[in-house]
Amino acid sequence: MVERHRFLDLISHALLALGVLVIVFPIYLALVGSTHSAQDMAQSPIPIWFGQEAWQNYRTILLGEGPGVTSQIPVARMMWVSLVTALSIAFGKIVISLLSAFAIVYFNFPFRKAVFWGIFITLMLPVEVRIVPTYQVVADFGMINSFAGLTIPLIASATATFLFRQFFLTVPDELAEAAKMDGASPMQFFWDVLLPLSRTSIAALFVIQFIYGWNQYLWPLLMSTEERMYPIVMGIRSMTAGADSQVQWNLVMATAILAMLPPALVVVLMQKWFVKGLVDTEK
Amino acid sequence: MILSSDKKVFFRSKWLPWVLIAPQGFIILAFFFWPAGQALLQSFQQSDAFGTSVQWSGLDNFAALWRDETYLESFKTTALFSVLVAGLGISLSLVLAFFADRVIRGIWLYRSLLILPYAVAPVVAGVLWLFLFSPSVGLVAYVLEKFSVDWNILLNSTHAMTLVVIASVWKQISYNFLFFLAGFQSIPKSLVEAAAIDGASVWQRFWTVQLPLLTPTTFFLLVVNTVYAFFETFGIIDATTKGGPGKDTAILVYKVYFDGFKAMDLGGSAAQSVVLMVIVIGLTVLQFRYVERKVNY
Repeated sequence: MVERHRFLDLISHALLALGVLVIVFPIYLALVGSTHSAQDMAQSPIPIWFGQEAWQNYRTILLGEGPGVTSQIPVARMMWVSLVTALSIAFGKIVISLLSAFAIVYFNFPFRKAVFWGIFITLMLPVEVRIVPTYQVVADFGMINSFAGLTIPLIASATATFLFRQFFLTVPDELAEAAKMDGASPMQFFWDVLLPLSRTSIAALFVIQFIYGWNQYLWPLLMSTEERMYPIVMGIRSMTAGADSQVQWNLVMATAILAMLPPALVVVLMQKWFVKGLVDTEK
Repeated sequence: MILSSDKKVFFRSKWLPWVLIAPQGFIILAFFFWPAGQALLQSFQQSDAFGTSVQWSGLDNFAALWRDETYLESFKTTALFSVLVAGLGISLSLVLAFFADRVIRGIWLYRSLLILPYAVAPVVAGVLWLFLFSPSVGLVAYVLEKFSVDWNILLNSTHAMTLVVIASVWKQISYNFLFFLAGFQSIPKSLVEAAAIDGASVWQRFWTVQLPLLTPTTFFLLVVNTVYAFFETFGIIDATTKGGPGKDTAILVYKVYFDGFKAMDLGGSAAQSVVLMVIVIGLTVLQFRYVERKVNY
């Protein structure tokens, strides 16, 4: 910084700490809530320090048996659905975007620009604006209540294609030239040269798309009509659906913690790539 | 602009590029263009509840929307909601980023904690804040009661709106913060130093040097936050107020979903989809205006 300013430094830390406290408080309270019994959580004011029931609560929801369980499906199953969905969406998006970006950058074929714009324009058609007709298409394919229905319609990605395209354009032409001279096929070049170079972009996109996949809600709400295909984010919603007084807040909060854990770990541990990916995809 | 730079070296194959594009192409045609086309078609059609008879009805669906009081209300609700979410979200994260930029020690910890809400699903964010603001067990509701505020999100629409705005801002603050922090850090130190040598205080430097240089970032975030408030807050609203009390927090996306799937009004829902598409296209064009400007800087 420009000058040392004791007082201002102190204020900076104080304000940041305050901001962090406010931001983290709801998550902290969820953590506390997940360690109490249903009775403790039904009183007002609710406890703000940890209780003794953590093991009991998490066991109850993960296995889906015990007092207060309303759903037929254990949370462990929901987490599995979420995990498969999130990984399929993240990998699916990365793979098909890498392939289309490779085609668009390294081949000169008729309608190339039309294809690029076709992919690009999907940015303007988020699921939310075409819910009913998209649902009809997926229903016609018979993909309701399946992993295919939960993932495939979401794995087209204009942002990922665009990011890889931008990256490929910065790869020196000499590399492709050399590969051609050595008689490498296009796919060999893609596999041996382009893919290793794209590692950082792939990692960055993976973080963003994993979170995107894990946190999907509106789409599973339409796709999963049977409880066995509920992702956890949707399962938690059905737990709070009853009247205010009947909600088992201790179990809801334990489920919320489990729903937050995987994406939070990915964001914090892969922070470097995450920040880079976020800033890059929006360029 | 976007396709201006091309490779000089190409591989040669008549069929390979099409094979490479096929997976993405198929998904886009089947799940994007076809449904979007359907929405457009349906918006000009009238069908009965069983879908057995379909009739062309021209602009009737749109005219019906225009006459529909609840739809116009929903527009106003969405406008108020997105102004609050974007305005509060952007200003709060600007303040946080300003101080985070000054701090050297502990920045990793602050940043790690501040980006947590990004990882939280909108529905889960809704549930967390509902828990704080729930009239019967909520901690905030309890404190408010001590100040003799009769807090009830189920009856009072101002209370309900406050809750959905807080939850939405909370969820988006991480994103805004990261962009502002990157913005502050990309401002050349020499500019700030020069201003300091000329005797500008921290406050003056913020207003006259840093903020003007952050205008592109702010504008970009304004568009992104508006899109967020319009479309991605569905889960928050569904988890907290379900659009209530009455229809007082039912934003446009919530209404499309409700009319299409709960009320089974396909034509009306399709017409609403088309209106939303026009809004997204407008916002995307705005966003690209910004990108072009940044490139020409």
